[in-house]
This record gives sequence, C-alpha cells and structure tokens, in this order.
Amino acid sequence: MLVIGVVALLTQAGEALVLPVGLPWLGAHFRLDALSAFFLLVVNLGAAAASLFGLGYGRHEESPGRVLPFFPAFLAGMNLVVLAADAFTFLFAWEFMSLASWALVMAQHRRPDNAAAGYLYLLMASFGTLALLLAFGLLAGPAGGYSFEEIRQSPSAAVSGAVLVLALIGAGSKAGLVPLHVWLPLAHPAAPSHVSALMSGVMTKVAVYGFVRLVFDLLGPPSWWWGALVALLGGVTAAMGVLYALMEHDLKRLLAYHTVENIGIIFIGLGLAFAFQANAMPAAAALALTAALLHVFNHSVFKSLLFFGAGAVLGATGERDMERLGGLIHRMPLTAFAFLVGCAAISALPPFNGFVSEWLTFQAILLSPALPQWLLKFLVPAIGALLALSAALAAACFVKAFGITFLGRARTPVAAQATETDRWSLTAMFALAALCLLAGILPGYFIDALAPVIQSLAGANLPRQHELDWLTIVPVAQSRSSYNGLLLFLCIALAAALACEVIRRRASAAVRRSAPWDCGFPDASPATQYTAASFSQPIRRVFGTVVFRATEEVHMPPPGDARPARLSVRLRDVPWDSLYLPAAALVSYAAERLNRLQFLTIRGYLTLVFGALVALLMVLSIWQ
Amino acid sequence: MAVVTDALVQLIQMLVVLALAPLLAGYVRTVKARLLGRRGPPLLQPYRDLLRLLRKEVVLAHSASWVFRVTPYLVFATTWVAAALVPTFAAGLVVSYAADMIAIVALLASARFMLALAGLDVGTSFGGIGSSREMMIASLAEPAMLMVVFTLSLLAGSTQLSSIAAFMQGPGVGLRVSLALALVALVMVAIAENARIPVDNPATHLELTMVHEAMILEYSGRHLALIEAASFVKLLLYVSVIACAFAPWGIAISGQGFAAYLVGLAAYVVKLAAGGFLLAVFETSIAKMRVFRVSDFLGAALMLGVLATLLLFVSRVT
Repeated sequence: MLVIGVVALLTQAGEALVLPVGLPWLGAHFRLDALSAFFLLVVNLGAAAASLFGLGYGRHEESPGRVLPFFPAFLAGMNLVVLAADAFTFLFAWEFMSLASWALVMAQHRRPDNAAAGYLYLLMASFGTLALLLAFGLLAGPAGGYSFEEIRQSPSAAVSGAVLVLALIGAGSKAGLVPLHVWLPLAHPAAPSHVSALMSGVMTKVAVYGFVRLVFDLLGPPSWWWGALVALLGGVTAAMGVLYALMEHDLKRLLAYHTVENIGIIFIGLGLAFAFQANAMPAAAALALTAALLHVFNHSVFKSLLFFGAGAVLGATGERDMERLGGLIHRMPLTAFAFLVGCAAISALPPFNGFVSEWLTFQAILLSPALPQWLLKFLVPAIGALLALSAALAAACFVKAFGITFLGRARTPVAAQATETDRWSLTAMFALAALCLLAGILPGYFIDALAPVIQSLAGANLPRQHELDWLTIVPVAQSRSSYNGLLLFLCIALAAALACEVIRRRASAAVRRSAPWDCGFPDASPATQYTAASFSQPIRRVFGTVVFRATEEVHMPPPGDARPARLSVRLRDVPWDSLYLPAAALVSYAAERLNRLQFLTIRGYLTLVFGALVALLMVLSIWQ
Repeated sequence: MAVVTDALVQLIQMLVVLALAPLLAGYVRTVKARLLGRRGPPLLQPYRDLLRLLRKEVVLAHSASWVFRVTPYLVFATTWVAAALVPTFAAGLVVSYAADMIAIVALLASARFMLALAGLDVGTSFGGIGSSREMMIASLAEPAMLMVVFTLSLLAGSTQLSSIAAFMQGPGVGLRVSLALALVALVMVAIAENARIPVDNPATHLELTMVHEAMILEYSGRHLALIEAASFVKLLLYVSVIACAFAPWGIAISGQGFAAYLVGLAAYVVKLAAGGFLLAVFETSIAKMRVFRVSDFLGAALMLGVLATLLLFVSRVT
C-alpha cells in the first residue's frame, strides 16, 4: 500500500509545478497556485522519502496497527492544508493534520514520557488552531466571506496588526517559534522515526506555509513593525533553539531542537521580507523571501535525512541516548556517511545546500541599512549577529551529534553489536543526501524554480540565475556578491586529488596499526572518552549561566571516604518556568474556584441565569 | 588574452600561497626566538619538518575510521582553496567570484568541522578535549569574523574581497571608527583561529591548556604533514585578509601588466613580513590565558564587530 502511495505522491509532486490550475468545489474550495505548488513539492518529497524509509521500518515495528492507518491520513492532512482555498477547509485540514500526527506521536503510548508529550502537543495544537480561527474570523470581517478570494478582495487594514499576531501564535506554535516551542522537542521524537522526520521536516513547513499564506497573501500590505517583530522572534528562536540542542544528549530530541533553530532562520528571512516590502523595496524583499523559502526546502531535505539516520541508529541499537552509543561508523558505515552529509548540510557548510540559503539570508541582511526606520537599524545588525552565532553553534552541535554517536569507541555492548540498517532506509537516506549536495552545487536551478512564487508574493524577482556563466548565483549584482558552489566543489576536489597524487608519488605509503597514542596513556576503557555532556561543557560555561541559569554542584566526599565525587549540573528552561508553569497554575486555580459552580442549588442557578441575561442586555444597550 | 593572464595569475597565486606559508611560520618562530634571546631554528625549518613527516610511516590507531584518514586531505584542500580566493598580490582572480568573504569564512568552518570530527574519531580523552574547546572557540570567533565581514562589506557595498580591496584603495574611505573597531576584532579573531598566544600555544605539547595540538594528537606521518601545511596556509590566509582589507596598497589589478604584478608580489612579501613581525612581538609580550578566559577575549571581539556594524547601520544616510 505504501508503494502505491509513494508512486502516487511522486507523480503528483512532479506535476505540481507545471500545472497551476484551479478547482473550485461546492462548499470546499481548493486551489493550486505557485505558493501551494512549492509547498506541495516540499510536503510530498518528504512524504515519499518517509514512505520509503517506512517500508524498512515497518518490519520491526511491534504494533504496525498503531502507525499504518494514521500515516496516510497525516499525509492527506498536510496536502489538504496546502491546497485549501477557504478558511473552513484550511482549518479543517489543519486540525485533521494535527490529530493524525497526534495519533502517531501516541503510537508507542506505553512509554510514560510519550503520554505527557502527546497531551502537551494536543493542548498546544488546539491553542494554535484557536488563534488561527480568530485570525480568519478577523480577516473575513462582518460580511463573513470565508473563501480566500473574498478575503483578498476586502482588505481589513484596521485589524491587520491583530491578525499578524494571531497568525504568529497560530502558525508559530505549530512551527516551533520560541516561546511556543515547548511541545516540539517532546512530541517529535516520541513518534516513529519516519514520522518524526515528517513532523520536523515537513509539518513545520506546512505551518510556515500557513503563515506565509495568511500574512503575505491574504492580509495585504505590511507595515514595517511586522518585519521587526517577526525577524526578532526569528533571531531569538534560532539562537535559543541551537543552545537547547547543544545541551541535549538524546539524539532525536537534539534534532527536534534544531528544527526550532531552522524555523528561526526561516522567520528571519520572512521578517526581513516584510520590512523591505513595507518600505517599497521589492527586489530586496524578493531576496529575503527567496532565502526563507529556499531554506524551507533545504531544511525539509536535510532534517528528514538526519531523522532517518537517527531512526536507523534507534532501530539498530534501541538507543536514543548518545552517551550510550559510539563507534557506530564501524558497524553502520553507510548510515554514518549519509548522516555526515546531513550534518554538514545543516551546519551550513559549503558546498552543501544549507550554506546557500544562509548565505542568501546574510545577503538580505546586508541590504538592510537602507531601511529608514531606526528600530530596524538597531535590530537588524543584532539579528545578523544572532544568525551568525547560531550558524557557528550549529556546527559545534553537529560535531557533537556525529562525533559522539558514530565516532570513537562503542560505549555499550548494544552499540558494539549494531548492524547496518535495511536497504529501503538506506535508499531513502542516500536519495536525500544526494539532493543536499545537488542543491548545494547547483543552487541556481532551485532559485529559478522558486521565481513564480516570489513573483506572486513580493512582486519582484531575483535575476534569472541558471543563465549566468558557470552556474554562479548572483542575488543582486555581480560586483556585490556571488557564490558558485559547483566551482568551489570542483576546486576542493581538484586540490584534494592533487594532494593525494603528490603524496602517493613522493611520500611514504606505509601504515602501521597500533594502540592510540593519547600522550602515552595506556589503552583505557571506552568510558574515558569524551561524552556528549563533556563535549558541550565549554559552551555551557560560556552561554549556559545566562540562558539556562545553569548551576553546577560538586559533591566531594571528605578525605578518607572511598565514594566517588559527583558533579551535577542543573539547567533551567526559562520560558517553561516563567511562562508555562504560571499559566498552568492559573488555570488550575481558576478551575478550582469555578468548580463551586457545579454544586449550586436550583435557586442559585436561576439567579445566575437571570443575572447573566440582565448583564448581556445591558451590554447590548450600551453598545447601541 | 586577459582571461589567460588571469588564469595564470590564479595559478601562480595558488603556488605562491603554498610556497610562502611555511616560510611565514618559520619567520614568526625565528623572530620570537630572537626576541627571547635565543638563536632559534633556521628560517627554512618548517619545510624540512614537512619533508621529514612525509617520509615517515603513518601510525594509525586501531579504532580509527575512514573519517580520520580522509580528513587531512579535505582540510588541506579546503584551506588551500580558501587561501587561493583571497587577493594577495593581485586582485580580480579567475575564481574569486566563486566565493565571497562569507563563503571563505564558511570554507574554513568546513575544514574545522572535519578536523574536530577527526579529533573525536579515535576515542581518546585528549582528542575530545581538543575538539570540544576548538568548537567553543569557533562558536565565538566565527560570528565575530562575520561581523567584521559585515562592516567591510557595508562600507564597500560588496562582500567580494577584491571589491573591498579596490574600495579601500580608493579615495572614499577616510578615517572611520567602524574600521578601527573591525580591525581590532579581526586581529583578535585571527589570533584565536590560528591557535596563537594568548588563546592557545602552538609551541607546547602535553599541556592541559592546549587546544589545537590536542585535537591532532593522534596524527602522524603524511597525515600530520598535511594538517601542519594547512595550519601554515591558514596563518598566511589571515595575514593576507588583514593586509588585503586594511593595507591594500600595491595589489595589482587585472590588466595592469607584468611590472604591476612584480610590484604587487614585492609589496605582498613586505606585508607578510610586517604581519609576521607584529605577531611575534605580540606573542612574546603577552601571557597565555586560561581556556575559560578565552570566551571573554572572543566575546569582546564579537561585541566590537557588532558595534562596528551597528555604527554603520546608524550612520547610513538614506
């Protein structure tokens, strides 16, 4: 059944770009325009890869009945969101997608963490949908025109700010913007790995689609403070996401936190696009928007790849905790190679694709001194610094993720006895890894493919890229900046080949195997290796005391006592402690007070009803 | 014809970079030794070291994987390509449009990424300590470097180094606070990235404070030779970037003729000598700092970079 799904989805993905046709239906409107087509491609590419991975995964799932029925439903939900052309269909599909993915999160419901994660996810998803519902209500106005066509024709300038904030809450909670991200690192890893890949790589992109559709398409011309707000949220999200990820030693949860970071990068691009658009700089807006949407595509590719890799490791060892892995490159060489490509891509290293979209974002930031607003002038350099910081920290984080999991020596027997994963999963991973390299060395074609989307949203476009010499990409002008992934890749390959050749001819080719040197330290147990926690310790010392209010405690036994000394570190999740716990306390306090309403006498109820009626009538009379 | 000349210049540049890099490292060592009252090794010692390492066999740990064996080649190639993209004695190189300054920073990040992985590969505690600290330093140095890039490119209206060099030679520069801040930040980043005193000590071994040397502790033979060569090239690259952006005098521009290239080459050698001398003086006059003070040092560089960029944003007349 999945094979048919894959074929159907693949052909659909292929056609989506060339056939932008409208299909109005009775009651439910669906439309396929350039924006939908692009996101349809992203969704179905991820879906096809996940289905392929799922074929291999299905062999060792204990209860396939809990995954199989919901998986196609989840895919259908995401497709419908992207295609919907009226508020009702959109919200219906959105909720359908949320519930289907919730069922998948709860697939392994016996693990206690998963139940809590599912509950939190359900709460946050409902909250997000509520915000979107209100946003659409405001957009439709008193006339109640709920189809996107009608909304577009009746711009609601008066409430546009409120709609923006509601859209940010609604779509942002699904995408994982700080501080609405809390559910994401719990729920995404709880699902089976190919579903985690879909949720992190694709469903967050559907949320970005929802935001872009609502705000760029339906809401009308932006004002500049939207840009400041969205870009600032993006910058904070990027930096916080990667710092959380660095502190994490659960492989899948680390990847989920990185999704938060990348969503931040995408929102920086979107925010800059608002700022440029509000100041009538369509070319710059087109650049920022291209950067954001290209990152949407890139992130969906490499994040799916990385989750598949984590899934393969989980399948082979039953472990998600990096501290209990290590040395897997010897046991699973192919998985390790694909995972390494994904790590390099997500760390924005040339010649892979992650670098291209971050480079474009930097170029957009460099265009922003021309913005007239003072707040933006102060904010944008700070956002640039946050982006640069998160890019550098991401590299550190993925050195940790790959190095601790795959390199070194096995820390536990399960890691020492792991076996390579199945062929279906490997095919899915290698297809995505190839795409990472391809999009990195031939970015011009990918940018050109985005052109209709950018044209429809920003009203301008980048220069056509693939006609330039040597497939260079030039966002603004040749004298300003250019990047050529292909040439760079060839140069590096050539230089490495030259070095190999010279060494082969001139140098000694002798290799002697021996125990590691390690400054003369005798070959010790694998426990003396660096762990994930010790790897990130310097960075925790630098950033943790501020961001996480980290406190270290050393328990040193008195002299003569043979017990080992212990070091314990406490990290505090500041948004959780300062936002969610008080909110939960408030809700339970209110519920306790209101509970008394359930035990009134009949007279009490009658008084209450009468009082409510009088109050409503008074409100009505004052209103008119 | 012009294309052929440019291609030739590019080729010569790649060779010059490779040939001069060990000399610069040897020169810095010699000057440092003289300042300390020692005689020091001969100027050509780094070349001899590289040749000696190439002739030795490789001793490989049992637990080393292919990552460990591939990394030296990748690190060397990436660093060499990055150095070939920086205008040294002539601007407007053939492949310079393939990568702007942001891409050069990212190329160096790629090299560091691989090297840090290799440090973890054998599974020893020294390799881990080196990788971990190297990534901590990089996580502050890289954004600081990018802020410097922002400052320069906002002034020059371009992220291409050759355009920046042309702009800095032109009359429109003037004295700017931003430029001074950016220069200080860039020098601090260069010191940290090349593992020089006070951040790291390239001359020590077997010390708990070492960073770069701990990471490459397991390497030997031809692999070590490649990594050493890459670190020489990296030092040369940073001196070249500083020279190109802040002292661009004498850089030949495409089509100026043979004499201009010779002048450019002479000027470049003089600039390298000056840079190396200043580095040696700085290194001898300062003490090595604790590893956890490095974050203050680089945090200051980052703040200077942000300040430089911010000043440009604010002072831009629209």
